[in-house]
Amino acid sequence: MNERQANTLVVTLVTVANLLIAFLISGIVIWVLGEDPWFALKTMLYGAFGYDEGLGYTLYYTTNFIFTGLAFAIGFHCGLFNIGAEGQAYIGGLGVGLICLWLDNWPLWLVFPLAVLASIILGGVWGAIPGYLKAKRGSHEVVTTIMFNFIASVIMVNLLSHVLRPPKNMSPESREFAEGVWIPQMHEIFDWFGLEITQTPLNGTFIFALLSLILVWRFIWYTRWGYELRTVGTNETAAVYAGISISKNIIIAMVIGGGLAGFVGINEIMGSSHRLMLNFQAGIGFTGIAVSLIGRNHPLGILLAALLFGILYQGGAELSFEVQAIDRHMVVLIQGLVILFAGALENLFRPQIEQFVKRLSSVDS
Amino acid sequence: MWIDFLLILDATLRISVPFVFAAMGGIFAERSGVIDFGLEGKMLGGAFVAATVAYWTQSAWWGLLGSIGIGIIFSMIHGYASITKRGNQVVSCVAINIFAMGLTVVLANAWFGMGGKTPQLPKEARFMPLKLPYADELRDVPILGDLYYELISGHSILVYIAFVVVPITAWVVFKSSFGLRLRATGENPLAVDTTGISVNKTRYQALLFNGILGGMSGAYLSTAHLAFFVKDMSAGKGYIALAAMIVGKWRPYPAMFACLLFSFLFAIKDKPEVFDLLKGIVPVKLLNSFLDMSPYILTVIFLAGFVGKAVAPKAIGQPFSKEK
Repeated sequence: MNERQANTLVVTLVTVANLLIAFLISGIVIWVLGEDPWFALKTMLYGAFGYDEGLGYTLYYTTNFIFTGLAFAIGFHCGLFNIGAEGQAYIGGLGVGLICLWLDNWPLWLVFPLAVLASIILGGVWGAIPGYLKAKRGSHEVVTTIMFNFIASVIMVNLLSHVLRPPKNMSPESREFAEGVWIPQMHEIFDWFGLEITQTPLNGTFIFALLSLILVWRFIWYTRWGYELRTVGTNETAAVYAGISISKNIIIAMVIGGGLAGFVGINEIMGSSHRLMLNFQAGIGFTGIAVSLIGRNHPLGILLAALLFGILYQGGAELSFEVQAIDRHMVVLIQGLVILFAGALENLFRPQIEQFVKRLSSVDS
Repeated sequence: MWIDFLLILDATLRISVPFVFAAMGGIFAERSGVIDFGLEGKMLGGAFVAATVAYWTQSAWWGLLGSIGIGIIFSMIHGYASITKRGNQVVSCVAINIFAMGLTVVLANAWFGMGGKTPQLPKEARFMPLKLPYADELRDVPILGDLYYELISGHSILVYIAFVVVPITAWVVFKSSFGLRLRATGENPLAVDTTGISVNKTRYQALLFNGILGGMSGAYLSTAHLAFFVKDMSAGKGYIALAAMIVGKWRPYPAMFACLLFSFLFAIKDKPEVFDLLKGIVPVKLLNSFLDMSPYILTVIFLAGFVGKAVAPKAIGQPFSKEK
């Protein structure tokens, strides 16, 4: 085993250990509530994979978490804690919704790029302001992005209940978009190739999410911009010596992060609900933090972690349906634990695991 | 007019209590060099535990004790991650906040099944307004009588405790020998270590106070301000308290005034007079949401340093290691 392989093994084992301890504690919470953790686990796995409708929902949630996971990761590479994906997704989704409401007599192939652009612009602006304040005024992005989440929420409540709500409608949501601008659902796409799968909210945005993963991967590791960004995140002093502008990169990272978070709107608004509604982003932004940290801020890791949280969301929904005592918010609790163990306590088991791998490779040779 | 003004100040005081508790807690942690974005989680956890324990024991005091307990547990987890394990402190705080968000709703639903709410507390199980001695008798004294009756008397005990905590914090941080160690640890841990004082122990002690105060800020929300816990009750107040602490430059009295200022804005935003005043400037349709978001916007503005530069303790966020 060479050093690179040993390193990969250590990282993988550390991640698995961190996940296991987070799940163990969640299991204890379930047990304290007087329920059977094993039964809970089986119910969740069945809910997430057991039938193809469950799988569709799992991948549908995964799509969201890929976007917000990437949103957090790109900030993290620049040394930022963008915990405002929640608000950025909300406002970015507003952009998607406005384009669809405005142009829904146009064909999808024209509206889709415009909607993407709108979500990048609005989500990006929502990230750029905290980024600017961090870069130029030194206000900590954790506080400002949280405040921007609240501001976004007030704006959306007001817009949806007073401006975008059709007069006859009771609930605070916009009218439905014309069918022409709905992103094709996965069962329709499969149908083009003569394959038949169950209808779920899973839609073409999933493919777009996979594309985003590849683009962000190329951007971070294979472009000059990505290089500058990572330099700022790793060592600000070195960046300044190299003539890299710190504030420029902070703002860029926040704009891209905000734009990526805004894509949640594509999946939720254009792909599934086909109308603007309240709280479509609820919790997705925060989940992105856990997804990115457990995925070690790498697109491949983020894909796997987003899948894991997709399973937890869909399985958790199934579980709370089966067992009344276990609330859907169980998954929020698990997120907190995952962030704690994969983020703040990531080195908890590292010494032991490194020792173990060292012994393993010495036995090898 | 005078009475109206007093009533606004009265509301300001009531609203400011969780901010004051949390900001003082934040001062302890950050003065020792440990970042604390986790006030939100402690506040939320404290609010839930206080309401639950108060409901079970029918005593607000046991509830308060419970909230202190959960505050200490959270701050010790943060301490273990950031002091002992030298992990990333901001991540640890965010973890605690999200964990608290999930845990409180899961437990509330499992135990009470009311959609993330806890049952309404009866009068005996919450902190009720106290009437200070002679409030009625002195009411007829011009100006001062009203001041005493409306503003100073008639709050729950936690309000008075909060404003006693401020001078205590100021004394502990700036006048006691523990405070000297605390501040030195936050500015230059290596120097503290050289004198034979344990940096990590000092930071844990600071976090103990931080946990106590953070928990109490939550207890006020659910057992004094309202009489139940409800999902996401803290609604960003922990972060606003943190902003107030930064605006107050990590000093107790300025931080308290920053808390009062933010609370004043919360207090006036629902007054019809303010609505009428702003009607000419902001379109009526947008006015309500403008007022709703004003505390958050103002927090951002103040934090952006439009009121002066804030300098954090030098060693903030850096775990201490002797080897360096």
